[in-house]
Amino acid sequence: VENVRLLDRLSSRRAVVGTLYLTATHVIFVENGSETRKETWVLHSQISSIEKQATTATGCPLLIRCKNFQVIHLVIPQERDCHDVYISLIRLARPVKYEELYCFSFNPKLDKEEREQGWKLVDLNEEYNRMGVPNSYWQISDVNRDYGVCDSYPTEVYVPKSATAHIIVGSSKFRSRRRFPALSYYCKGNNASICRSSQPLSGFSARCLEDEQMLQAIRKANPGSDFIYVVDTRPKLNAMANRAAGKGYENEDNYSNIKFQFIGIENIHVMRNSLQKMLEVCELKSPSMSDFLWGLENSGWLKHIKAIMDAGIFIAKAVAEEGVSVLVHCSDGWDRTAQVCSVASLLLDPYYRTMKGFMVLIEKDWVSFGHKFNHRYGNLDGDPKEISPVIDQFIECVWQLMEQFPCAFEFNERFLIHIQHHIYSCQFGNFLCNSQKERRELKIKERTYSLWAHLWKNRADYLNPLYRSDHSQTQGTLHPQIAPCNFLYKFWSGMYNRFEKGLHPRQSVTDYLMAVKEETQQLEEELEVLQERLANLQKSQSGNNKVKSKQQDRSKQFGLYTSNNSLANTPQEYSSDLKSFPSRSPSQGDEDSALILTQDNLKSSDPDLSANSDQESGVEDLSCRSPSGGGCVPSEDSGKDSDEAVFLAG
Amino acid sequence: MEFAELIKTPRADNVVLHRPFHPAVEGTLCLTGHHLIFSSRRRDNAEELWLLHSNIDSIEKRFVGSLGTIVIKCKDLRIIQLDIPGMEECLNIASSIEALSTLDSVTLMYPFFYRPMFEVLEDGWSSFLLEQEFEHLSSMTNEWRLSCVNKDFSVCPSYPPVVIVPKSIDDEALRKVALFRYGGRFPVLSYYHKKNGMAMLRSSQPLTGTNGRRCKEDEKLINATLRSGRRGFVIDTRPLNVAQQARAKGGGFEQEVHYPQWRRIHKYIERFHILQESFIKLVEACNDQSHNMDRWLSKLEASNWLTHIKELLTAACLAAQCIDREGASVLVHGSEGTDSTLQVTSLAQIILDPRCRTIRGFEALVVREWLQAGHPFQQRCAQSAYSNSKQKWEAPVFLLFLECVWQIHRQFPCSFEFNEHFLILLFEHAYASQFGTFLGNNESERAKLKLPQKTMSLWSWVNRPEELSRFQNPIYEANSLVIWPSVAPQSLQLWEGIFLRWNRPSRFLEEAEEERINIIKYNKELQAKVNVLRRQLAEMETDGEVQEEE
Repeated sequence: VENVRLLDRLSSRRAVVGTLYLTATHVIFVENGSETRKETWVLHSQISSIEKQATTATGCPLLIRCKNFQVIHLVIPQERDCHDVYISLIRLARPVKYEELYCFSFNPKLDKEEREQGWKLVDLNEEYNRMGVPNSYWQISDVNRDYGVCDSYPTEVYVPKSATAHIIVGSSKFRSRRRFPALSYYCKGNNASICRSSQPLSGFSARCLEDEQMLQAIRKANPGSDFIYVVDTRPKLNAMANRAAGKGYENEDNYSNIKFQFIGIENIHVMRNSLQKMLEVCELKSPSMSDFLWGLENSGWLKHIKAIMDAGIFIAKAVAEEGVSVLVHCSDGWDRTAQVCSVASLLLDPYYRTMKGFMVLIEKDWVSFGHKFNHRYGNLDGDPKEISPVIDQFIECVWQLMEQFPCAFEFNERFLIHIQHHIYSCQFGNFLCNSQKERRELKIKERTYSLWAHLWKNRADYLNPLYRSDHSQTQGTLHPQIAPCNFLYKFWSGMYNRFEKGLHPRQSVTDYLMAVKEETQQLEEELEVLQERLANLQKSQSGNNKVKSKQQDRSKQFGLYTSNNSLANTPQEYSSDLKSFPSRSPSQGDEDSALILTQDNLKSSDPDLSANSDQESGVEDLSCRSPSGGGCVPSEDSGKDSDEAVFLAG
Repeated sequence: MEFAELIKTPRADNVVLHRPFHPAVEGTLCLTGHHLIFSSRRRDNAEELWLLHSNIDSIEKRFVGSLGTIVIKCKDLRIIQLDIPGMEECLNIASSIEALSTLDSVTLMYPFFYRPMFEVLEDGWSSFLLEQEFEHLSSMTNEWRLSCVNKDFSVCPSYPPVVIVPKSIDDEALRKVALFRYGGRFPVLSYYHKKNGMAMLRSSQPLTGTNGRRCKEDEKLINATLRSGRRGFVIDTRPLNVAQQARAKGGGFEQEVHYPQWRRIHKYIERFHILQESFIKLVEACNDQSHNMDRWLSKLEASNWLTHIKELLTAACLAAQCIDREGASVLVHGSEGTDSTLQVTSLAQIILDPRCRTIRGFEALVVREWLQAGHPFQQRCAQSAYSNSKQKWEAPVFLLFLECVWQIHRQFPCSFEFNEHFLILLFEHAYASQFGTFLGNNESERAKLKLPQKTMSLWSWVNRPEELSRFQNPIYEANSLVIWPSVAPQSLQLWEGIFLRWNRPSRFLEEAEEERINIIKYNKELQAKVNVLRRQLAEMETDGEVQEEE
């Protein structure tokens, strides 16, 4: 479709005209005229909603909201065209078969072997071994070999040694969707562990001997403690309501030596609405400070983030400080349980704060334990009530921790944002389907590529320059502030206003430091080469002491002269590399806008992503960068009508 | 008066000091004329706390049996608690602190007694003279002149003795204009934009009154800053209705009929007690550690502090935009021209002028646009957020300015030579200091108090290399461009460095800061090493050639 206008959210005057293309996988908007022919690419799988608005004199507006929080506002001249686009997009954005998803056609030009290598990058067996299992307390169980006990669990699960197959099967029959207690994290230092399951089918009074034995076995696997915590991450009211449906929570009286604890994290529906409300606030055209803060509070989003974090902190504390094992569950044990277990692991174990460790963590607590990626993130057309930003919340928890502990994470904010992006993009096979079983049936590993390999290949772009593995923060458990510093939780504009670069800091400390570190590395290499050459020269000249002393005199004399020549005389490629460095440095931006580094790096590191994010940031647009939208900008055309109106509008 | 009269109990033992995020410490408390000194007796880790009495904003005492507790709330927003055994001692100490922290005579303040322990390399009192500024200006243009019309402070008591005005306006005209402007604050040059020759002026409101009085000289003065055929903007920091009401009290605004070349814009900036209340509410919210996430956000919202920040930044951006983008001259004023006016003109300069983003340049800006321009520091900073007394002159006007600078700094972290600590330092010294810099309400008062002779300047101390290094931004790279900050709510944050400074564990943030410094330092060291080696190598190679030739 030609002559489509792409509107800038903040000011209607900043529209660009171009051509809209629909392909099998992307919506592509190509700008007319400008030399660069800037392109905006949006994957169909990123589209979360399409809204056709009432036709105006200028055309028919089409609003596309994306799951990565991009909002695209198009105006199509012909109503008929708009309708066609609308209908096509609705169909394209809601595929019904996995085979329609991008990852099955996406080909990063890797051969079969490279693809297999990619999938091997994250190996959970290795991870459990790293944790220290199997050992004398924990063993691998093959009870779920053919997904016979629980179809949403992985085939290989770790259970206490004393839990026999009989106990496991018995316990699984007493748990929602047969998700029996299994090991999520084992603390080598003190034998305490984090286990996960779904809610028990206790109703008002039902008991299950095997389930009780199962919990007893978990306790016994930690000889240092005479009880375990059972953490129900739901609000108490929700858990009680579940009893009427024959589900519920553990009765302390029936289980020997458990301490039961509710932690009120709301369910997926509440979270979905909360995000919705927060995004509405983000989309406000020129909100006042009050609108924004009030809206943010009203959305409850940060309250929910804090609830998840609090749960993680509670568990980490139980494991690290009290040496007590914890069993975590919610209803089905695949949403809140996954969030809480992974936050706790992240707090407990510095390994998960490394880039590789973080991939492992997601693979372990989310992918392998049957977090329903397909349902939650709407990859295939499904029940909209199943959609909820569960892993988004976990990712935000990590970001909040990064803000509190700037040196503790090996990766940077961009890493999180790209992971979030790809959870929705369906460009890689990692997050397809709802369970390991489904993925195996689809032969995901043979037919698609792994995101982890892709991120790992570009890991230089995701490094946190402040990270040091020997730093105090990176050792041991993190202790975030709980009680007094509620207000350390901040709105994450880098994520939720990701595509509005005008709102972000214009210079990125992270990118600046990364560039400096890169240069430092080049210097180190050059230093080594220089030293070597110096040593060689000295060796060849060492025979002649007389010359040497003469030489020193001379070097003093010609100090100035030689230093001038030194650059030209050194045939080092580093120096030319170094010259390219300043261009990355923030102060060299174009007029007034001081270059947005993030964008540059996006481009270099991740071509697929950059295509999507290549929204002109609007730096030249005054209204974007400054005061209250277009209102206060004394622009030539609108400023003339009245003496004050334009400015007062701001 | 002898301070000793006010100190009944100069010393108390076995006092316990409580601070947030620090373990309680036992030690000895001493009172001197200007300080409260606490020193722990612990041999392993002796600790000393020196607190200026003038830093104390409010003090509360309570008793449990014979154990007295004093809670001291400071102007820098810190709260400490002292447990003092013995009721009499505690009462004495509390009343001494109260008396010593509320001395009403300026000349009894610590700066008059402070004897520096450092060598003065450069006298800060003469570091930033307007004459120097004018010299700099003269290198760019000759349209301006230095006027000494106010040399004995008779034309405008709140102006410095010398000011910069358009060349074509003589002193006689200035005297007439002064009579037409509130408090005699006639329009003077605040900033000259080299790029396009546009000027920013500041003044107070014109005294048009209800009958629409006009002053030809005033019109001539500000028109002298316009290029022929171009218009200028008057940015009035009051809303239109307030400006209109001001006429009833003799004030007013520039009317279109008399100033046809000027377009007036009203950009409301909150002032006085509204700001002070907002400040108090915000600090209250930050100190209340009991509430949950929702309460916190609603209290933050209710304090309106960030709204003031947003409004102020918006106005400053607007002024900067008029100058840089519209190529127009700008006149900024509110009512008195000593508060919101200065906020706008100084922030606009941060945005426009790279010089103001250096340490030296920022100091010059504070001197020029705040101290010399007659912001009444002594009145505004007499009390901070914990004061109970309702005096109407207190307002965190300067703090608001500093926070706006911080907000811009956060968005352009590489464009400022100074770091956050430098801004915090200025906040602290504006409220309580051993230096005389922020004493008095204007240059006239400072001259009467003989501050330059009798007290030490903050700049004398801070500009010493060993002090400066603490305030340098490791990732600074001079940026010659105009920097346009975003004023969207998403882009503005609470200034934790001030408001949560005493309520958050700072270790991790400090470590990050250290790491940043180390990264840069290591890079520079390597660079130096590589350069040395390159040179050596080049020398040896040329020598080698020489040798071969021989």
